[in-house]
Amino acid sequence: MSEHKQQPDLKQSPEQPARRDFVAKAAAGVATAVIAPGVILHTAAVAAPRTTPVTDIKRWGMLIDTAKCADGCTACVEACEHENGLDLQDEPEGVKPLKWDNQRATWIRKVKIRDNMSGRMTNLPLMCQHCEHPPCVNVCPTGASFKRADGIVMVDRHTCIGCRYCMMACPYKARSFIHEQVVKKLTRAPRGQGCVESCNLCVHRLDNGEENTACAEACQQSGHGAIIFGDLNAPHGPLREALREVDSRQIREDLELNTGVRYAGI
Amino acid sequence: MTETKLTPLWRIAVGISLALLVLVGGGTVHAEAIGGFVVPGSKAATLDQCVEPTSEMRHYHMEYIRHQRNTTVYNGIRHTKFSLSGCVSCHAAHDAQGTPIPINGKGQFCNACHEKAAVTLNCFDCHATVPTGESWNQVMNPPPSTSAQPAASLDRPALDRPALGRELAQVPDMAEQEEFQKR
Ligand code: HEC
Ligand code: HEC
Ligand code: HEC
Repeated sequence: MSEHKQQPDLKQSPEQPARRDFVAKAAAGVATAVIAPGVILHTAAVAAPRTTPVTDIKRWGMLIDTAKCADGCTACVEACEHENGLDLQDEPEGVKPLKWDNQRATWIRKVKIRDNMSGRMTNLPLMCQHCEHPPCVNVCPTGASFKRADGIVMVDRHTCIGCRYCMMACPYKARSFIHEQVVKKLTRAPRGQGCVESCNLCVHRLDNGEENTACAEACQQSGHGAIIFGDLNAPHGPLREALREVDSRQIREDLELNTGVRYAGI
Repeated sequence: MTETKLTPLWRIAVGISLALLVLVGGGTVHAEAIGGFVVPGSKAATLDQCVEPTSEMRHYHMEYIRHQRNTTVYNGIRHTKFSLSGCVSCHAAHDAQGTPIPINGKGQFCNACHEKAAVTLNCFDCHATVPTGESWNQVMNPPPSTSAQPAASLDRPALDRPALGRELAQVPDMAEQEEFQKR
């Protein structure tokens, strides 16, 4: 793991649970039971809307195992679209289908990488990487692009002026611009012309006490289990357990953004 | 005028006429159209209390909502009493069939009074105009699914966009890419 300079204190050994992890567990009042290594049961009763402001005790993140990500499977993309009302976008009249597919807002893209020499193909879902040092936040002239205390990078669309600097700055092409007036929008996912948006790790779910994103859930249900969502700051949480098991990387590690989304097998 | 001496009788007369003026004046203000913006067919029409005293809501609702907005977006606290989705779910009207009418529609709750006060809002460019769980804004349990597709997470029937994302998942071949460049 030594090559991962930006790994969030993974070296903290399991024998010394960080105090803040203890605080986090106590505060959340989450009843968890470890059944077997790596198998953790959460009681369903934890799903309560939060009443206190988010803190940096948690930092949300993901581990995506590309070896488990199946070619042609779009379960995560579809679940995301459904959860966040992206499938309610109407295709404007007279736009070429391919152009529309490129331009419509998408929070997750399935990306296929081919090693030209060996011809080896790798599939992976690519979304906002929720960087610790997000370039999109640095360039935003109004402060609309911001990082929430719990590490989620999002856009406050009440202050977004639609300049799209953040789209240019993002190395992952994770952000979309809403070009057209949107007629139908879900209560949980407001959306309208002239603003930039991107993956927010299903923030409405997290705030309501649910600790999984639509994409991770769909991936588990489709039987692939390539996406593990969790708290990067919890040394004994499922995400950190998984990160200890497999060798993972950040995409564009060289930019030293300390991404919250990690990939294994690339 | 402090030097002027009024007989007790005069004082009483002035007092009475002042009291009358206040009463009559108050009456006129009351008779003028304040309120009455709550639309029939909304949940609010069946209740007699807003989330705060009515006159306070008339005066300060924009402040409350703006505060709530930052609380939600930056602090992650949702569904509290000043949430915009709360206003919509309680104040949106329904037609005879029970279909919700967009709250920003002409003459509807958020529109009628604003039109009168010459206020324009763009909030509903983005925010849902019908209560959550109604019409297209649905949160319903999916029919039992037989496929391997994620079912539990779909609380709204998936819209028919079958090839959704598929196009994105596929790497367009060279010819296709070139063709796209030409467009
Ligand atoms: C639980 C239902 C409910 C919710 C939620 C609610 N209201 Fe109300 N509201 C009412 C009722 C009932 C009245 C009528 C009170 C009365 O007759 O005195 C009312 C009255 C009002 C009035 C005065 C209307 C008039 O005729 O002058 C305003 C303005 C108002 N609400 C704004 C809001 C806003 C803004 C929100 C969202 C923050 C909101 N309300 C949320 C139930 C609700
Ligand atoms: C460009 C789109 C856009 C516009 C325009 C917009 N909002 Fe929002 N609003 C959002 C988004 C996105 C959220 C975040 C929702 C979330 O995270 O669940 C939000 C959240 C909110 C919330 C907290 C959620 C809730 O339902 O209570 C409030 C309050 C709010 N906005 C008020 C307003 C008001 C008032 C206006 C008009 C002056 C407005 N918004 C205009 C996009 C918009
Ligand atoms: C009883 C009349 C009335 C009703 C009903 C009403 N408003 Fe208002 N609203 C006003 C007035 C008057 C202003 C302007 C206040 C000012 O400019 O100081 C205003 C301003 C606002 C603003 C601030 C606009 C800005 O440009 O800063 C928002 C946001 C708002 N209203 C939201 C709502 C919503 C949402 C509803 C429906 C749930 C609603 N109002 C219903 C009277 C009303």
